[in-house]
Amino acid sequence: MTEPGSPGALPHLAVIGAGPAGLAATLAAAAQGVHVTLLDAAAEAGGQFYRQPASALRARRPRALHHEWRTWERLRDGLRAHVRAGTVRHLSDHHVWFVERHENGLTVHALLGPEQEEPAEVRADAVLLATGGYEKVLPFPGWTLPGVVSAGGAQAMLKGGLVVSGRTAVVAGTGPLLLPVATGLAAAGMEVAALVESAGPRAFLRRTRTLAAQPGKIAEGARYAARLARHRVPTLVGHTVVEAHGAERGAAGGAAGGTEPGTERGIERGTEPGTERGIERGTERLEAVTVAALDAEGRVRAGTERRIPCDTLAVGHGMLPHTDLADTLGCRLEGPHVRVDDEQRTDVPGVWAAGETTGIGGSDLSLAEGHIAGRSVAARLHGSAPDPRAWARAARTRTRLRAFFAALDSVYAPPAHWSEQVTDDTVVCRCEEVTGGAIRQAVTELGAGDLRTVKLLTRAGMGWCQGRVCSPAVAGLAGCEPTPVRRPFARPVPLGVLARAGEREEED
Amino acid sequence: MVGAACALYATRAGLEVAVVDRGPVAGGTTGGGEGNLLVSDKGPGPELDLALLSGRLWSELAEEFGGSVEYEAKGGVVVATSPGGLAALERFADEQRAAGVVTEPVEADRLYDLEPHLAPGLPGAVHYPQDCQVMPALAAAHLIRASGARLLTGQTVTDVLRTPDGAVRGVRTDQGDIHAPAVVNAAGTWGSELAALAGVALPVLPRRGFVLVTEPLPRMVRHKVYAADYVADVASDSAALQTSPVVEGTAAGPILIGASRERVGFDRTFSLPVVRALASGATRLFPFLADVRATRAYLGFRPYLPDHLPAIGPDPRVPGLHHACGHEGAGIGLATGTGQLIAQALTARTPDLDLTPFRPDRFTEEAA
Repeated sequence: MTEPGSPGALPHLAVIGAGPAGLAATLAAAAQGVHVTLLDAAAEAGGQFYRQPASALRARRPRALHHEWRTWERLRDGLRAHVRAGTVRHLSDHHVWFVERHENGLTVHALLGPEQEEPAEVRADAVLLATGGYEKVLPFPGWTLPGVVSAGGAQAMLKGGLVVSGRTAVVAGTGPLLLPVATGLAAAGMEVAALVESAGPRAFLRRTRTLAAQPGKIAEGARYAARLARHRVPTLVGHTVVEAHGAERGAAGGAAGGTEPGTERGIERGTEPGTERGIERGTERLEAVTVAALDAEGRVRAGTERRIPCDTLAVGHGMLPHTDLADTLGCRLEGPHVRVDDEQRTDVPGVWAAGETTGIGGSDLSLAEGHIAGRSVAARLHGSAPDPRAWARAARTRTRLRAFFAALDSVYAPPAHWSEQVTDDTVVCRCEEVTGGAIRQAVTELGAGDLRTVKLLTRAGMGWCQGRVCSPAVAGLAGCEPTPVRRPFARPVPLGVLARAGEREEED
Repeated sequence: MVGAACALYATRAGLEVAVVDRGPVAGGTTGGGEGNLLVSDKGPGPELDLALLSGRLWSELAEEFGGSVEYEAKGGVVVATSPGGLAALERFADEQRAAGVVTEPVEADRLYDLEPHLAPGLPGAVHYPQDCQVMPALAAAHLIRASGARLLTGQTVTDVLRTPDGAVRGVRTDQGDIHAPAVVNAAGTWGSELAALAGVALPVLPRRGFVLVTEPLPRMVRHKVYAADYVADVASDSAALQTSPVVEGTAAGPILIGASRERVGFDRTFSLPVVRALASGATRLFPFLADVRATRAYLGFRPYLPDHLPAIGPDPRVPGLHHACGHEGAGIGLATGTGQLIAQALTARTPDLDLTPFRPDRFTEEAA
């Protein structure tokens, strides 16, 4: 196909993100005579979905935690073959902070992990943004207590082969992620005291037809339901967590240091850096949650509150796409995600996007979009218009799954009046320790009516995570649109690196 | 910010005021500023006089508003980077001293007592104790609230209403008319558009600037520190990119790094070369910054007029129309003095400063 060691002769694609979309695009483009550099922040390819246990842990049966193991094996083996052949260069531990566009090409600026102090730059003819998504977590009283983790963080711990602390867990929030997290925690030996889903059964009924058109997904759901039943996990739909309660450390079960939320933050460094700062570090730890039923308007139904003892709460409210690199490049956004055409091209020449960054839709959709993007890039870099028939099957999958996830999106929603549960002393922006009361005051007394002004007047969203964690919550509390926040740097960059960015030649 | 200060001093002079903005509070250049209240970068002349007046008014407001606007009388340190530069800087400081600025020459061996983390080997500096800092968005919001003025955000002025004999009688907005015998144009970088609605020309143009923000740190930079080249850049007429490092800590912890100047219209595209130059200049002044992370960068558009002086006061071409815009990069610092002068003009009192150099119609002869 291509001669190893002479990539300069081939058109060069830089793929950012080695999850399902990035891997599928890499294989599709490399198979069509494109030299691909695949950059990813993790030590191993796979992304969040195919997250691998660190090899040092020598996990016995990592496949037990993954479905579609065969798909992963195909991607992994394909990547290995291309890397051996020299057609693909896989740069792991590369944290991309900026993509710069020139007259004839682009430069990807990365920091080498895990310290993220040394720079690396990759010149390419085209860039594919497969930067995935991150979890949305809305605040409630007690959500900053040790023992409260994000649902995605809990799943990352499970997939990464790490032990999850505690004995009794509650899984809460909304979205399809809660099911595998609950069954995963139960399979790991924890008692899951409840799965608390805020979407009500009626919401599912309204969407029956679209959802039923996905036999594979129904079967997947049925498998999870069976597992929940096997582990005797009580499921409360149309319910929400209204408060997490803490007790002095020691009172509520032992906690091994390495498995506290700090561990999760270590893994998630880069995807959710916000949780690194401003955490309440008292001696308190989670001992129970109060859950309550929701009425038809999404308000807590008075008198239905009940307390469930637990030492772990895994909570998540859906996913949001990573769009920082795209936004800074000038790509048009559509709502929260990057807008692409049928070929997965953004409106900026030379920049493609695929996977969750173009809309949350899971691994199968990401694979289809990545494949299409890879084929399109190859054709365009070779100077021809691609033939869509080459990816007809992937295009059908894409159409079907986009419809399915649009329906899911309307089913899984946080309670409409979730912000009423946020008390004035609840910390909403953890980086800058801004409370719900401060945000409300900025709106009612200082005249803030949009996300940017609330940020300017309260510092909410100005900290380490740049509002990735708190923006949806701040917008909800302020009663304004959750407009995308501009973040010129996709991650913090040392000034010494910034001062030299673009001056050195590409590294090998 | 200028509009907020005008509202505050006008209501305190007994007037009823409505503040109209098409965006939110501090949504324009105020929200993209650093909050400099500087005398150090101004040579003798009307702008320095306005800065000294404004500085006195800011210190009064600081007593009233306390920490809510993050006012800090931190002082500025202007650093020379060469012996020749030091001689020029000291001559400049001598002129400023004669005009009423407090200046303290700092020998090389004392410089590191003031700023321990500065790069070694610098020849000397001048300390300006009157330089201060404020958090501009908070300042604007709190001044408007304290003024008691009616705040109408999200309303766009679409016309300036005039009587048959040409005097203003209010503004038309997309949400209705507001009647008033006087209209103050405090539209900053967009001041020329508002002037045009009233039928007059005012050549306010944007000069883009980026600010880099670091992760929060314990106080490592005590003053507002900048290289002496900054003064030349501020006064420059060039359209090309200029960057001179301006480094300062903030009450909240992050270090702010400016200042770039370029005339590129209202282009909001992020520019790596500009922030690279800022990072490079800042790390030359403070080497420890090389290992400190920048978490974000933002940009703003300074409103400049061709002679780098603001337009302040009544417009003789349209009775009732007043201007308070075109302060370039000094609008936060000069806001209080401007507000005071506007309030005096609106109530027919003798202004604290001669308004002649700030006449809004001073450009018409050239244009014609």
